[in-house]
Order: sequence, then C-alpha cells, then structure tokens
Amino acid sequence: MTTAALLRMAWRESRTARRRLALYMSSIAFGVAALVAIDSFAGNVTRSIRDQSRTLLGGDLSLSARAAFPAVVDTLLDSLATAGVPSARVTTFASMALAQRSGGTRLVQVRSVTPGFPFYGEIETVPVGGWAAVHDSPLVFVDPSLLISLDAVVGDSLRLGTQMFLIAGTLGNVPGDAGIASVIGPRVYFSEKWLKATGLVSFGSRAEFETVLRLPPSLATTSEAATIKRDLRRRIDPRGAAQQEANEAREERGGSRGAPSGTAEDPPRAPVATARAGDSAIATGTGAGGTSAPNAAPTGSITPDSAGTLSSAVPPTRVRIRTVQDTERDFTEAVARLADFLSIIGLIALLLGGIGVASGVNAFVSSKIDTVAVLRCLGATSRQVLGLYVVQAGVMGLVGATAGALLGVAVQFLLPQVVSDFLPVDVTIALEPRPLLLGLATGVWVSLVFAMRPLLALRRVSPLQAIRRDADTQALPREWKDLARLLVDGLLVGSIVSIIVVRIGDLRDGLIISASISGAVAVLWVAATLLIAAARRSTRASWPFELRQGIANLHRPANQTRAVTLALGFGAFLLSTVYLVQANLLGRVQSTADASAGNLLFFDVQDDQAAPLDSILLARKLEVVQKTPIVTMRVDAINGRSVAELTADTTVRRAGWALRREFRSTYREQIVDAEKLVQGKWFADSASRATARAAQPNAPFPVSFEQDVAADLGVAVGDTVTWNVQGVPVRTVIANLRTVNWARFEANFFIVFAPEALRNAPQQYVLVANVPPGDVLAEVQRDVVRRFPNVSSLDLTLVRQTIGSIVDRVTLAIRFLGLFSIAMGIPVLFSAVAATRRARLREGVLLRTLGATKAQVARVLLAEYAALGALGALTGMLLAFGGAWGLTRFVFDDPFDPAVLPTVAIAAGMLLLTMGIGLLTSRDVYRATPMAAIREA
Amino acid sequence: MLVARGLTKEYQSGTQPLVVLKNVSFEVPQGAFVSIVGPSGSGKTTLLGLLAGLDTPSRGTVTLDGTDIGGLDEDSRAKLRGEKVGFVFQSFQLIPTLTALENVQVPLELAGKVPAREAGARARDLLSRMGLGDRTHHFPQQLSGGEQQRVALSRAFVNEPRILFADEPTGNLDGATGERIVELLMQLNRERGCTIVLVTHDAALAARTQRTIRLRDGAVVEDIAHPEFDDAQAAFARTRSTAATQ
Repeated sequence: MTTAALLRMAWRESRTARRRLALYMSSIAFGVAALVAIDSFAGNVTRSIRDQSRTLLGGDLSLSARAAFPAVVDTLLDSLATAGVPSARVTTFASMALAQRSGGTRLVQVRSVTPGFPFYGEIETVPVGGWAAVHDSPLVFVDPSLLISLDAVVGDSLRLGTQMFLIAGTLGNVPGDAGIASVIGPRVYFSEKWLKATGLVSFGSRAEFETVLRLPPSLATTSEAATIKRDLRRRIDPRGAAQQEANEAREERGGSRGAPSGTAEDPPRAPVATARAGDSAIATGTGAGGTSAPNAAPTGSITPDSAGTLSSAVPPTRVRIRTVQDTERDFTEAVARLADFLSIIGLIALLLGGIGVASGVNAFVSSKIDTVAVLRCLGATSRQVLGLYVVQAGVMGLVGATAGALLGVAVQFLLPQVVSDFLPVDVTIALEPRPLLLGLATGVWVSLVFAMRPLLALRRVSPLQAIRRDADTQALPREWKDLARLLVDGLLVGSIVSIIVVRIGDLRDGLIISASISGAVAVLWVAATLLIAAARRSTRASWPFELRQGIANLHRPANQTRAVTLALGFGAFLLSTVYLVQANLLGRVQSTADASAGNLLFFDVQDDQAAPLDSILLARKLEVVQKTPIVTMRVDAINGRSVAELTADTTVRRAGWALRREFRSTYREQIVDAEKLVQGKWFADSASRATARAAQPNAPFPVSFEQDVAADLGVAVGDTVTWNVQGVPVRTVIANLRTVNWARFEANFFIVFAPEALRNAPQQYVLVANVPPGDVLAEVQRDVVRRFPNVSSLDLTLVRQTIGSIVDRVTLAIRFLGLFSIAMGIPVLFSAVAATRRARLREGVLLRTLGATKAQVARVLLAEYAALGALGALTGMLLAFGGAWGLTRFVFDDPFDPAVLPTVAIAAGMLLLTMGIGLLTSRDVYRATPMAAIREA
Repeated sequence: MLVARGLTKEYQSGTQPLVVLKNVSFEVPQGAFVSIVGPSGSGKTTLLGLLAGLDTPSRGTVTLDGTDIGGLDEDSRAKLRGEKVGFVFQSFQLIPTLTALENVQVPLELAGKVPAREAGARARDLLSRMGLGDRTHHFPQQLSGGEQQRVALSRAFVNEPRILFADEPTGNLDGATGERIVELLMQLNRERGCTIVLVTHDAALAARTQRTIRLRDGAVVEDIAHPEFDDAQAAFARTRSTAATQ
C-alpha cells in the first residue's frame, strides 16, 4: 500500500471514531498546556529580565555593604568620578515614619538617593514627573499603602527621624523593586541631601549602603564589566580577591552548576541573609585610615574576666560588587528554579495524560477488532494495519497536543497576573515559539508511545475473527516475549525518564523524581491488584445481586480496576499533596504569628534608651513582656586558630559566610520555647556558675550554638570559640547545641551566651509589650517615635495582616495549581472508564434483556464505581500523606501536621467524581431500550 | 486450484486436546463451485479458515493455486489473500466507518497496484453491476442486509480473485434476498470462472452447487457431485446468450 493510500484509508477509517479518539488523545492536552505555559512564562520572564537587567541594577556596576564603605572604596570612587565614570549612592534602612497631621506612625523602608539614580529606567511617581524636584527640597515619595495606613494625603508633612518632609507624591514602579516589597514595608524615597538631617543613619545603624556606577558605553559590555569588577575587587581587598578567584577557578574546574561564588558563600537558613549567590563578597580591613568605619571604635573592657588579644583587631567590612550580568544571572537562575519546580507538576500532568491515552486507546483498540480482522482477510499485512492506526493516533495526538499548546498559551497570559507581585520586572508577554514547538513535540511523542502499547495488540488480531469472533481478550492476544512490545515498553520508560531528566536539568534529581513517580505507580498498581484479589475472594452469596455483580466486575476479565485506580489515585495523590503541604505551611505561619507574647515590638533600642522607654510604657500601665539584649560580634578564632588561618585551610569544609558574618547574639539564663536542646547540657544555674568562675576566673564562658551554624563553622560541643565583641576578645566554650524555629515572631539567635559573658558589653534591646490595640497603641508608637527617632516599633497585628495578604497571594497561586491538577485528572478518568465501556454495555444489555430494571443496572454500576473510586481516592490520600510528610519534613524542614478532614473531603470528592463519570459514560446501558443498546454495543 | 491433504486441527481444551478436524483431504479444481455442509460443531468454519489461510492446521497441508500456504508466515498469507482470495461472510463484515464504495476499494488500496482513480472507477462499476449504482456513498448501516451482502460480494470480486470463500452468505438474509445472492455467486462462477467454496447449513442451497462435501465430527463423511449444476449453468448461459442475440 502506498503512503498516500495509507493516509487516505486512515482518514476514512477514522470517520466515526475520530471524536472519541481525539478525546482519548486529548488527555495529553493538560500536560502539554502545563509545559508550554511554564516554559513560555519562564522564557518571557527571562527575556524581560535580560531587557531590564540594567534597570534592575539601576546602573552598570554596583558596590554595596552593610556598613559605610571603607576609605579605600571612597578613594576609588573619587578617582573613577574624575575619570568620567558617574556614580550614585543609595542608602536603605528601616525607620519609623510619623505623619504630622494625623499622628499615624508606621515602620517603613527608607531609601535615600543621590542625583543620577537610577541611571537606567526611571522612578515612576504620581503626579507624573514629580520625581524631578526631589533633590531641590525635602520631599518624599511614598507607597500609596503608606498614605492609607497613616491616614495621610499628598501634601501632608512626614517626619523621618529628626527631619520633616513634604509628601510630594506616591511611588509607582521603581527599578528593581518587586511589588510584594511594599506589602512587607511601605517604601519612602527622598534625596540623600537630607539623610544626615534625619539623624537616622549613624554609628551602628542597620543600613545597606550601595553605590551604582554608569560605565561609558565602551566599558559597559559583559567582559569589560567583569574585568572592572575584578580590578575593583583586587584593589579593595587583594588577599580576599586572590582567594575568591582561586575558589572560582576551582569550582569552574569542578563544573558546578549555578553561582560561581559557590554555595559556601550562602548562609543556608539564616534569618537575615547576608549575601546572595553571585555576590562578590570581600572582607576588607578598615584599619588603614578608615574613619568612616562604624564598628571601629573599641568600647573598652567588657568583663574583667576576658583575657587574651584579638587576632584581627578591627572587624572587616564586606563590600559586594555586582555587575548587570550578576543580577541577570541571579534572577534568571531563580526563575529557572521556579520553572523546574513547576515543571514537576507539568510532567505529572503529562504522565497522567499518557496513562489516559493508553487506557483510552485500549478501549479504541477493542472496538477495532472486527475491522482489523476483515482487513486481514482482505490481505492487509500486520504492518499495514498497525500503520493505519498509528497514523490515526499520531494525528489525534497532534490535535490533543495542539489543543494543549493553545491552552498553555492562554494560561501563559494568566500566570504573570498570579505571580506578578513577586517579580521585580514588568513581564512583557510574547509568543515564545520554542516552548510551543517543544511542548507540541513532547505531547505528540508521549501520546504516541503511550498509544503504541495498546495499538501493538492489533497486529496480532487473527483474520479468523471475521468468521468466528472471540471475546476481546482472546482476540487481542498479548505475549510476554513479543519483541516489538518489549521495545515499545523500553521506549516508553526511556522517553519518560529522559524527558524528566532533561526538564529537571539534573541526572540525579531527575532519576529520583522518576523513581518517586514509579514508586507511586507501583503502590497504586499493588493496591489495585489487592482489590482485584479481595473482590474475587470476598463476594458472598448473601449479598444483594447488584452489589455482588458490581464487585464481581472488579475482577472479571478485562476489568478496569488497575487503569481507574492508577488515574484516580494519582490525581488524588497530587491534589492532596499540594493541599497538605500548603495547609501545613500556612498553618505554621499563622500559629507562629499568633504565638507571640505581646503585640508591639520595639527594636534598635539603645542601651541608654531602654530605661526611659520602660517608663513611657509604665506611665500608661503597660507591661513589657520581653526584653532581649542584642550584642553584635564576629568570630575571631576557633580552638585558637584565627579566622584567616581557618579560611586558608581548605582541608576542612567551612562556610565562609559564617566565619565572616556579624553575629547578633544575646545572653540569658533559660532556653526558650522556640528552641530545642539537641546536644550537650544547658548552662548550670547562675549560683554554681558564679562559684566555678570564682575558682577559675580565666575559664572560657559557656555558650550555646544553633545546630546548623555549628555545622557551618565546623565546631562541636567542647570546642572553644573566641569572639571579637566590638574590639574586645571573649573566649567561650560550646556547652550545647540547639535547634531554633526561625519562623516565630521573636528575636531568635544563632548564639546564646551565659549572661556574665556579655552583661557589660555595649548592647541594644528588642522589647515586646502588650498594648491594647487602637488609640493607645497609636499614641504609644507616636510618643516613642518623637522621643527616640531611631527606635522602630512594629505592630504585630499589622504584621499578621501583612502575612495574611502575602499568604492570600501565595494561596491563589497554589489553588491555581491544585485546580489544574483536578482538571487534568478528569479526562484521564473518562478515558479509563471508557476503556471497558463496551464490555459493560454488553453486560448491561444482557441484564436488561434478562429482565433487570434500569435502576438495578445503575446500582450494579454504582457498586463497581464506588469500590473503584474508594480504592483510588484512599490509596491516593495515603500516598499524599506520605508525600506531604516527606516534603514538609525534608524540603521545608517543618514538623508535619496533617490536615486530615480536608484531605478526606478531597478523597470523597474524587469518589463522587468517579461515580458520576462512571454513570455518565455508561448512560446508554440504562437509558434506551435494550435493542438500541445492542446496536450501540 | 485448492488441495487439502490430511488436514487436522486440534485445540487444547483444558488438559485434553480437542480434535475439531480429522485428517481431511480433497481437491477443488479451477472453476468449481463446492459447498461444505454439516451440523453445528462439525468443523465447517474451522475448515474454511484453514483453506483460506486464516489459520494454520495442526497437521496437513493446504495448497492454494500452487502455493503451499503452510510454508508462509501470516503476512505473506495476507498478501496471498489480497491477490487471490475473496471473502463473503454471514454477517457481511463491511467496515462500518467506510462507505459502500470505499469498502469495495479497500482490497485494491491494500494491494497498492491500482491507482486511486482507477480503483474508484472499478469499484463503482462493480457496484453498478450489482444494482447498487445509487448506493455508493451510503454507509453500511444505511443499507439493507441484501444490499450489504452485495457490497461485500463486490468487495470480494474487485481484485478478480481466483477463489472465493463464502461463509453462510445467505444466513442472515430472507429467502428472496438470499436467492438473489446465490444467483450472483453462480453468475460470477459461470462468467469469470472463479472457484467458489461455500460453507452452509442450507441443504437446498448446497444442492444447487456443483459438489457437496459433508462433514460430521470433524471428518468428511460424504463427497458427492450434483451433475444438474452443470446443466443449470449451461442452460442459464444459453438463455443469456439467446437473450443477448435477441
């Protein structure tokens, strides 16, 4: 037969089955839709980031530090300015804002900028163009939400620290700011000319200092920017630069994927991230004439017992240098990771679709036995027969995949609306041809390999079936040793694993995910097999006829038990897992927000401000429920070896960030609720400690380490750590390790000291008070802001609302995925049920002919589908508990608190859905006359 | 034309082998019109399946137009069927998704030797001669039983096969329609010299063929000729030619 004749015959032969086959093959549509949507979205975001990367950074090169730049950087910037490279400064910090007219206060994110910023993009304001006047007079531009919470309007006065500003307008898009940022803390922008006048940024203030440079066009290329970055790094801190370059070279040789600066730079779960991947972090000593170093002034003796000298007398300031490419890479990688995660959902959708295709085509194949037998009688070879139906399946797979791709394009327009608040760039949506074609090809291929398995059976249909028709199972013989079938099986498994590995982009992760999915499939398969066995054994003659018949259907030849259980169970599994993880995370956030002792938090309270603040509260008969001292420090030496030595020692794997970071530690007698002791003993009581100290005045002080930071520093219980506490060495011994629940709204610490070690050190406080909400709270906040402009206060009720609104947005995104999972389960369920529709039709007709009423037939079907639905949903639910437990425990590192009732509700919903779909596809059986159904069957 | 030698077919029924055909041998010369009769379960359909190469015997050989079909694999047998064998079934076995015309074209398209346009013309011509010229674009379910069987006959003959196997071709038809089909079969045998092997229950129908092979319990119990067949064919041919000359 010629190809043209084959195509012609395939087209004609598919006439009546076209719609049905298209329905089966369209099971693949949701998988394709997911992949196309995810890839297109990632493509759009990545392209937008590339287009806007200069805008994201605000310039071509950025230098930033958590303290004022050391003198060497200032000198460098001066010489660059002389050479014609303009720069602009941005200082970011948190502060209280006080609306003068309404008296409203609010913790805000303040950003002062010098003229020129941003060099790329612009700060959008209402009124439009208002920004132009920002450097002429003390004006602020604020987030619209701030006006609402302060009950202020444009034109009002706003006090920041000791400076009064005029609210000149509201902020729109600002380069590099994600929309969600304003939910966390409303933004306030003003000119740096008035920064000093606020009195908010001085010694010890927590602020981020950044300088952006605009390079001349000839230098603003990728390679030039990288060269300049390297030069700057070498000049600022030659030793650190050499070390970092060596690290980079080593990692490049190791072929590690991701940020060149390596994971050792990233604090894994620190409450305050110190450096992002890709940052070029440099520690620089400020000793050489560093007048601006805030931490440089030694503050005298801390305790009479402290002994020894510091190996690094002055704590270093770290300067990060970033190029446009660093920014672009970081954001692009974040998007890629998000896309990878979403891909898993897409891949499961694709697999479910494949299962749907396979069971649908199975049904289709059964209906084609007669035709194939006649064709064989008329001289068709097995290859011609196979070719005929492969062409049909391929075309319908293309139809299904195309529908999916179109759906994916539609979803792509929806996705940015769901997640736009979390993105720092304006996503411009464009049709991405690559994901579209890739999705189409993947869809057609997956649907074909899944369809091939049942289609292969058609090769073995004997022409004898035309004169003597056997039952479907005998007419479609399946042999284990069929080479073609084994080949198709191999192709199927190979294709799925390769697609997963390629999508995830990592062999190990890809194989793990493949194995997990196979595990889930295996569990469902075993559950179905057990059900079949149970159905065979458990049927009792005493049961009503309908129930007996329905249960018997579960184990009769060509039953649908496995297919439906697999489709249904997988759907239930996926849906419940997503729900359980979501509920668990949200529940944790909620409970931690509720668990705080008080409702008003004061932080950055200086040593001399604690007592007057107490009296402000006491005057109003308000209670301070918690007062936590904070002392800043750095690691000076571990077991007698200096940080420099330790950093140079590559034989022990230590996280550089932990050695270099500034620790904000506290001291107290007790361990608190958010902490759990995992190793060693808590400090002895104060009396016995005092006795021991009297005996050995120079003994190191006991200290408690958080477990992960101990691991990062490579220390254990019994090791000695010497701290540089603002210039004074304090020698400690690790008494115990503990875990900390960072999610709680409390001041949590890596390191907790025994009180005597730090009692006399310069310190700040975090105070928590219980203040009745409403007017009193507003008055207290206002009074404190007026008296202590540097002290920030945080209304936890507001925080709860803020978290509520973030959670709402995250929930929306998760619900969207959940709905998607349900939607993709339905066609699969339809296909699975349709697979044995003919068999059930015949049986139903026979029953009707023998005198069964429609209701009786319906009850038989209900019994069957109820059993199938219950098994699928139940197994899926149990799998979900396992999956969700694993995810929360190992990925999110949280205890698992299962939301049982809602999960049972999901299972019940799936059960009803199965019964509904079962009755719907079998409606012919109990609807028309038996004769009509005979013709249909 | 068709030679069966020692044909035996056994099935495994549980642990016992079930012999449905025992050592059947006979020859059918070119142009013959043979009927195979016997009660239900006597092995008629099994024999037809073996003769037409739809199944393979447990023992024995079938030689079809000089080819030992036992030596061919299933696909080669399929090709042989496509070239030399036509089928007519009791339940017509038209492909429900194809029109009458397309059903008739199928064997030509499978063989791939005739261009599509010519295949269509040939099928249309054959259907017209069967009296179905105005039904070519109807689907099987829109045709009566007699019409469907005539489409099946056209399909069986479109490749001009050397031999035609018919399995109870009138079994699902009323008397008059069945009679029309029998006449068509005899006409094809007479005019085209096509060998016909017909399986039937119907003693009257069998009596009208050239020769009847009777099966019982899987064995040939009777093989008789009906001399009146040749007379009838000759007489018919004469009437035709007289009618033609008039």
